[in-house]
Amino acid sequence: MKVAVLKGGRSLERGVSLRSAARVEDALERLGHEVLALDVGGDLVERLTAERPDVAFVALHGPGGEDGTTQELLEIFGIPFTGPGVAACARCMDKALAKHALREAGVPTPDWFAFNETAFRELGAADALGLLEERLGFPLVVKPSRGGSALGVKFAASWLEVPEALVSAFSYDGRVLLERYVEGRELAVSVLGDEPLPVVEAIPGEGDRYDFEARYEIGRTTFACPAELTEAEVGAVTEAALGAYRALGCGGFARADLILGEDGPQVLEVNAIPGLTDTSLLPQAAEAAGMSFEDLVERILQLALESSGAATPRL
Amino acid sequence: MSEPPIPPHRRRAHTRTRDLERYAGLFAERTGAMRSSAMRDLMAVTARPEVISLAGGLPDTSTFPPQSFAAQMTRIAQESAAEALQYGPTEGFEETKDCILQVMGAEGMLPDPEDVIVTTGGQQAIDLVCKTLVDPGDVVICEAPTYPGAVPVFCSYQAAVLQIECDGDGMRVEVLEEELERLAGEGRRPKFVYSVPSFQNPAGVTMSLERRRRLVELARLHELLVVEDSPYGLLRYGGEPLPPLYQLDGGDYVIYVGTFSKILSPGIRLGWAVAPPPVMEKIVLGKQASDLCTSTLTQYFVREYFAEGRWRQYVADLVEIYRGRRDAMLEALREHFPAQATWTEPEGGLFIWATLPEYIDTGDLLAKALGDDVAFVPGQAAYVDGRGRNSMRLNFSGVGEGEIREGVKRIGKVIAEQVELYGALTGEHPAAPAGRDVADRTNVLPFRKAGEGGA
Repeated sequence: MKVAVLKGGRSLERGVSLRSAARVEDALERLGHEVLALDVGGDLVERLTAERPDVAFVALHGPGGEDGTTQELLEIFGIPFTGPGVAACARCMDKALAKHALREAGVPTPDWFAFNETAFRELGAADALGLLEERLGFPLVVKPSRGGSALGVKFAASWLEVPEALVSAFSYDGRVLLERYVEGRELAVSVLGDEPLPVVEAIPGEGDRYDFEARYEIGRTTFACPAELTEAEVGAVTEAALGAYRALGCGGFARADLILGEDGPQVLEVNAIPGLTDTSLLPQAAEAAGMSFEDLVERILQLALESSGAATPRL
Repeated sequence: MSEPPIPPHRRRAHTRTRDLERYAGLFAERTGAMRSSAMRDLMAVTARPEVISLAGGLPDTSTFPPQSFAAQMTRIAQESAAEALQYGPTEGFEETKDCILQVMGAEGMLPDPEDVIVTTGGQQAIDLVCKTLVDPGDVVICEAPTYPGAVPVFCSYQAAVLQIECDGDGMRVEVLEEELERLAGEGRRPKFVYSVPSFQNPAGVTMSLERRRRLVELARLHELLVVEDSPYGLLRYGGEPLPPLYQLDGGDYVIYVGTFSKILSPGIRLGWAVAPPPVMEKIVLGKQASDLCTSTLTQYFVREYFAEGRWRQYVADLVEIYRGRRDAMLEALREHFPAQATWTEPEGGLFIWATLPEYIDTGDLLAKALGDDVAFVPGQAAYVDGRGRNSMRLNFSGVGEGEIREGVKRIGKVIAEQVELYGALTGEHPAAPAGRDVADRTNVLPFRKAGEGGA
């Protein structure tokens, strides 16, 4: 099969995307597919028209690739693609939107408030900030609504630190979230098709938070997969993750990030296109389920073709 | 007859995460101190062709005449192909050292060629100095901010890095003095003080003569070495030349690091170090272990180039070009940066250091600026301890005056947006004070001029 691997682009997570794509391309070649590597830019439509791939493997991260924009183009061209559809991508990318959907579906997610930059610039929303203390408490987490890899995420220990954190978060997006900080274990559940994979726990090094550096540097964070959890905990975590996956309309694959705190699991976000780099969580979870990286890539392709109604792939 | 098909490029397969853990178990402890960063990933985005990059430290090699390059390489091919393609001595060729002596002579230095080693760029000289002097945990002192490229070298040798703050007159040597005494009290003796005294990277400041004298005195007194990194010494656009530390000290306690990168080409990877003989002996052994010798081919190129006798004129041409670009950047900063920003006014070199209000994180600002297709280096890269978050390094040698103006304008716009937003968030509206003296804004923050206030 001719597989277009969509990667790179203008997103700030370009580097992560290129690393994910490199692994995918390698696996595809070993699986015997014809690989068409596409660094997404102004010539994407031209290249897709000229090359006519059988399926597109979307290895883009961040706005532009993970938010449904590219997926919409692929739909127009009738090219089956991996991962969730346009609507699910758009919902997952925008954390504010996603959290509303989760709450409506009864999936636990930490309390939050979302603000547009205009609200502060033109509507005096700063005056409302003080009212949020009792609702969210401190410390709280400030993050851009659309963004990934923890870029622009700041912790504010008191109100004094909120404006600065907001300025940082608004550097990445015109909308930000102020979210209750939940203390607990950092877990991730990847879902493949409709099947949850084993739970992964990210254990940051001493004094580290699981930030951008910790995510992509080998050896900075220890991962436990499957995470050491009781059966009841695994059940609750998996149920929350699946609930989130369905509430956001995901298909193909996705990864839910959760915190397991005193009051049970809370879903922080769902990644429509989870990282596939050497230190990413989905490949680790797949491996714990007995799948090699090639198995994982092949399964993701199959799911893409099934959902588009295309014939079973010829190998 | 058809060529055999070239197999497609194959990436090394990392199929199993377990394998990675297995590698991680093999890593040396020092790799723990080697940090990658979010910034490095952001820098991947700055490589887009539409981005105006004020981030690099690139000299403008487009000014080097291609026909001259071609003539020299042709002459080497015709006359010395076998030698130029062969290994060379670890210390470097005598002929290369002659060129180095010419460059150092232009700044008033006259070292013994025996004390000189030709290195693969100035960067290797820094690495070799650390290799020779630093055991894990040893104290290394440098400026705050310091050359961002030196930080990973110090870290990879597991040095305990102590940074001494700078003001408009370079490293505050009186603070260094206090720190040396404090360390002596703890029974710790730093191995060396690393400094870029002229047109410092990244701050653009130059160490005053008084401080230069005091620094070499302190080195003598405490029997520690000073590593003088001087890539830009000849790139002076104003003010009076100051004697290098090496000249003031006579070479007993100063290791001098030089390079052809900024006066000729960084692509030839030719630098050098001058060190006291016992230190040089170890540096040579270290160099031998690292790469046996510096590129013979590029040493031949430099030899031919210097034989032409117009290297000084080329440097003079560069000085003219860069002076214009520096002035364009300073003018653009005055026009486009908000009143809350301050910056240095370098008399030479390649960089201006700008400092913004404390609530602006220049790492996040870079993300925003990249949306407007412009890049700079966030200040944090110049510190080992997370300081510098509200500063940035701007390069004015790599792109033309038009792009400099446009780039600074775009950065100014994103800063102004953040200043305004912060005002809206806090209720503070620090409007630009009308008619404020421009000189106030070109002062350095958080720097102070020597002798003014502070310790």
